[in-house]
Amino acid sequence: MLRLPSFRYLQPRSLAEAVRMKADAGPEGMFVAGGTDLYPNMKRRHQEPKVVISLMRIPELQALDGWNVGTCVTLTALSNLPTFQHSAVATAARLVSTPLLRNMGTLGGNLCLDTRCNYYNQSYEWRKSIDFCMKKDGAICWVAPSSPRCWAVSSSDVAPVMVAIGAEYRLMGPQGERIVPASRFYNNDGINYLTKQPDEILVEVRLPAPNGWDTVYHKLRRRGSFDFPVLGVAAWIKWEPGAGGRERIVQDARIVLGGVASYPQEVPEAAAALRGMTFGADSIAAAAEAAYRPSKPMDNTDFDLSWRKQMTRVYVRRALDELQRKS
Amino acid sequence: MHKVIGKALRKVDAVAKVTGATRFADDLAFPRMLFCKLLRSTQPHARIVSIDTGAAAALDGVQAVLTGRDLPIPFGILPVSQDEHALCVDKVRFIGDPVAAVAATTEETATAALDLIKVAYEPLKSFASAEDAVANPEPRIHDYGDSGNLHKLIDLEFGDADAGIAKGDFVREDLFFFEGNTHLPMEQHAAVATWSPDGKVTLWTSTQTPHYVHRALAKVLELPPARIRVIATPNGGGFGGKSDPFNHEIAVAKLAMITGRPVKITLTREEVFYCHRGRHPTLMSVRTGVTKDGAITGMHFRSLLDGGAYGSYGVASTYYTGALQTVTYHVPRYHFQGARAFTNKAPCGPKRGHGTPQPRFALEVHLDKIAEELRIDPAELRLKTLVPANSLTANYLRIGSMGLGTCIEKVVDGSGWKTKFRKLPQGRGVGLACSSYISGAGLPIYWNNMPHSGVQLKCDRGGGVTVFCGSTEIGQGSDSILAYIVAEVLGVDPFDIAVVTGDTDLTPVDLGSYSSRVTLMTGNAALQAAERARQILAVHAARKLEVPVERLAFADGRVCDAKDRKQGMSFAEAVQLAEAAEGTIGTTGSYTPPKSAGRYRGAGVGPSPAYSYSACVAEVDVDPETGIVRVPTIWIAHDVGRSINSASVIGQVEGSIYMGLGEALMEEMAYRGNRNVVHKIPSLLEYKSPTTLEMCDVVTYLVEDPDPNGPFGAKEVGQGPLLPVMPAVANAVYDAVGVRVDEVPITPEKVLKALRRKEKGEPARYGPDSFPDIPWPEPTRVPTPWEGGDGKSVERVHA
Amino acid sequence: MSNESKVKIALRVNDEPTEVAFAPHKTLLEVLREDLNLTGTKHGCELGECGTCTVLLDETPVLSCLVLGLACAGKRVRTVEGMAQGGKLHPLQETFADLGAAQCGYCTPAFLLAAEALLMSNPKPTRDEIKDALAGNLCRCTGYLKIYEAIELAAQRIQHA
Repeated sequence: MLRLPSFRYLQPRSLAEAVRMKADAGPEGMFVAGGTDLYPNMKRRHQEPKVVISLMRIPELQALDGWNVGTCVTLTALSNLPTFQHSAVATAARLVSTPLLRNMGTLGGNLCLDTRCNYYNQSYEWRKSIDFCMKKDGAICWVAPSSPRCWAVSSSDVAPVMVAIGAEYRLMGPQGERIVPASRFYNNDGINYLTKQPDEILVEVRLPAPNGWDTVYHKLRRRGSFDFPVLGVAAWIKWEPGAGGRERIVQDARIVLGGVASYPQEVPEAAAALRGMTFGADSIAAAAEAAYRPSKPMDNTDFDLSWRKQMTRVYVRRALDELQRKS
Repeated sequence: MHKVIGKALRKVDAVAKVTGATRFADDLAFPRMLFCKLLRSTQPHARIVSIDTGAAAALDGVQAVLTGRDLPIPFGILPVSQDEHALCVDKVRFIGDPVAAVAATTEETATAALDLIKVAYEPLKSFASAEDAVANPEPRIHDYGDSGNLHKLIDLEFGDADAGIAKGDFVREDLFFFEGNTHLPMEQHAAVATWSPDGKVTLWTSTQTPHYVHRALAKVLELPPARIRVIATPNGGGFGGKSDPFNHEIAVAKLAMITGRPVKITLTREEVFYCHRGRHPTLMSVRTGVTKDGAITGMHFRSLLDGGAYGSYGVASTYYTGALQTVTYHVPRYHFQGARAFTNKAPCGPKRGHGTPQPRFALEVHLDKIAEELRIDPAELRLKTLVPANSLTANYLRIGSMGLGTCIEKVVDGSGWKTKFRKLPQGRGVGLACSSYISGAGLPIYWNNMPHSGVQLKCDRGGGVTVFCGSTEIGQGSDSILAYIVAEVLGVDPFDIAVVTGDTDLTPVDLGSYSSRVTLMTGNAALQAAERARQILAVHAARKLEVPVERLAFADGRVCDAKDRKQGMSFAEAVQLAEAAEGTIGTTGSYTPPKSAGRYRGAGVGPSPAYSYSACVAEVDVDPETGIVRVPTIWIAHDVGRSINSASVIGQVEGSIYMGLGEALMEEMAYRGNRNVVHKIPSLLEYKSPTTLEMCDVVTYLVEDPDPNGPFGAKEVGQGPLLPVMPAVANAVYDAVGVRVDEVPITPEKVLKALRRKEKGEPARYGPDSFPDIPWPEPTRVPTPWEGGDGKSVERVHA
Repeated sequence: MSNESKVKIALRVNDEPTEVAFAPHKTLLEVLREDLNLTGTKHGCELGECGTCTVLLDETPVLSCLVLGLACAGKRVRTVEGMAQGGKLHPLQETFADLGAAQCGYCTPAFLLAAEALLMSNPKPTRDEIKDALAGNLCRCTGYLKIYEAIELAAQRIQHA
């Protein structure tokens, strides 16, 4: 049986206590929420904290206040919330892994999900067989051996939606509180994939109020459950005010790809193909084509990388088609 | 009328399974038990220069450390390939090969100790594919085998196949590739060994073949078999993956002997991938001559199997890729060439269908292409060429009952084939394929004249009956089959029968749960034992009732006069009468398959007491933009001879469809040949097993054409229904979008590539395009029965 | 490692107050199997990738291989051993046995508990709702079909009881 290494487990009851515990533990401490990402990683020795600080007994993180969502809300709760029922946030939450895992995994956990790679999400012994990789215990990136950086993949379903809708994240750390736009929370680097400091806690996600925009999320994977996205498409459209009738003009748009880079990759080229245009087959095809070129998946997830790249065009188009149908 | 046979009864172990009471190997715990972990090779092919276990042995809590030197005697399932060691001695052959074993007071300590073992390797060139191994005879992975890195080469010719092919109005040759895949039982292999100071080893293990584990332990541990007891725990899924004696089983037995304490090992999921013994990746070529009516005039089939690092069942697997082409459609002349290569990957072996799903895929897609060229409906083509019942094939397989024609008619009617084939809208399609499988191998692994299955039966004076048999319950329901058959014959409630199985101390030998042999062979042995018991009881009951023995009926827990049911006694009273007269009532039953007709070298693989038949129609949706294939429904008809339990039979059919669907669409053992030949995906997340959301609807038709060799006419069902799924899906994809994917699994990438080729006007196909040159041996030539052959090979007359 | 000192927690297991001491890094799966001898809960990967170790935690199905034992202090845990009451099988256990929904039986406890949670929240699930609820549990033997039928039959029987 694969087991966890030994560690000290702390269950603070307040944010302040959690921050203090982390300060006491120093670099050997890590926060954990649902544990569905951290514990498998600890069993495979990706992360080796000596002190694990659970965030699950802090009431503030379970809060739901209008459009503000505490980050320890489970993915099941998030996908069942009536206010999100028809939004891409709920859709994305419902598409994460399995019902069992969603009962445990949290919003914050999915937003901070460790980047993934077929050369990394393996046991210690397996990784030893390839002399490890730079993300843990090794020196090079086997996906791109001449690359100075790690190409592990952002595999969150919810994060691309948050970037697309322009959500904001509230963080709490020893220096106090700060608000970060979702798009500034992520780095395109498989190792330093978050701008969050290790001693900061992702407390809350602030969703923009629905106001003339709509959004969808489409996910590509082998099976209808369990699997991480090999491509995620979050598409957000804001309509020209007052635009009526069948021909609607796009005031603004954001297309964000998951599963193809080390961060949720916004594709401004695709948005530009839509902005100011009539939302219809032509502009959608142009946006899909524009999204295809910057989509550069690497050979480190399920499926052939060239097929995944080709699917960008199809999935962006299908996501926009759905938005058009909804409008 | 039967009281038990054919009914959809509960299994005898059903309540234990739904209450969590069933004790699997890892559920066992003993006082002072130690935990074993194996250190596995991180090199695909290397010499072991040195192993330093000093620091590990010194770790607090570590009780013993073993290396290959402690277990120098080789073993293996087949007598011809005793090429494994419990722990590698001088060389490692794949990443995952075990090199050292630790026993410690906790699993955590054992794991920590592995980190302290230092192994120095001298890497050797490694081979990641069969083609690689064919092209590179050196360095050899093993120092035995037919040629370089080719483990086995087979060339069998039944009649002049080339001349037969030339007689056809039409000749077609196709190439196919079937990627390897694995069993993926939900239970990870586990074993617990104890050593008693009186010199006895007991091993509880999740094995399908306790008899062969017993033999391997005796050999490697150098103990008399009488001092070794192997108990097969209920298997949490087997599918062929727990049919070999395994290194971890030997390691814990040896560690128990050294420490004098119970020792347990439970493999991690990753280690289960290294045990493997799954489907061989197989490249195939098939060339067939047919008349314009669709009659086959001759066939030449070639296969190249990637065997991985060890022999396992591989020699048999290789023969099986050529053996059963002849049992469905009449092939008057047949030439088979098969080769198995060693490579530096986890060893391949027998997975559900053992060696026959790959050629079945090739044959059934090949026939679909032939039917199209001849403009004959593929169902019609097959119906025209069926092998007759009670006949002999070109390679001397004796066919008994043969219900394939009925199977085809059932699925053609049930699926609406005639309104769908080539008539559905673009993107939707149907495909048809058939198959056959053995109901047990005609020959044992170690050739001898002893029975393949034995049963002992004890009748208790309280009316209870106990059945003892070496067979192994792996979820297929073999314990229940024993109870049902004995209950039917003795007229008692099957739930009043105690079943004791898979224990080498307590039960007579049964060869194991493999080759779909258990219902037929243990069933026949149980039938014989029960009939013998009934005879004994009948003599004394008849005397008491003053009726002739022939007039007695055994039913509803009573023995009575069939003509006057009130005249009778309870079953318990009948036992008491017999016991008073004769002493303890016990009987035995055995089963030995009929002698096979073939007497050429290689004739041992293929013969069976009975062949099951299946026909399958798959309906698919293909997304032409993505290449993603979905299967909403499969219709399957299976000729099972006779169901002993109809619910269990349907359960086996549905489970086979499930596993076949996974193989057809997504499952593969993938390696990174350019990165030290590591297994790409040794996890349940990345090895794609279909979930509830991928599983199709299944419409099952049971065809019951009792076979004289089966108990109550029963034939196999556990493996055969898997075989037609992959070719039926491939043929349906062609019907849907007009492209051929001549490779399994049929992934979206492959479908889309074929669609792109079609758009460009290139051949609308994805699949292999060449078969390497193999140094085939001189063929073994066997004249066919219709050429006056007697089953023996003839020497070639040199001019 | 093994020399770390044990911690003791109190929780309710199968409706019984339970105290148990174990090494602090142990998962609920390990605590149930090794410290409470409740071996009915199985495991297939210990990484949250198969669903075999499903138990109910405060009536919610979770993966016991990824729940820390310490996190269960004060909570309610239900395992397959708690399904039969007073020697009488739960309706799901009856129908799983009757219809052959358990073949090897190794994934069965997990399916039973996931199904029980489903029927608690949705007493008359459709076939698609059953598939969705069980999409996190792998079974290699049955192809799931007999499991669906068993759940549908149990739902009917519970309705009519």
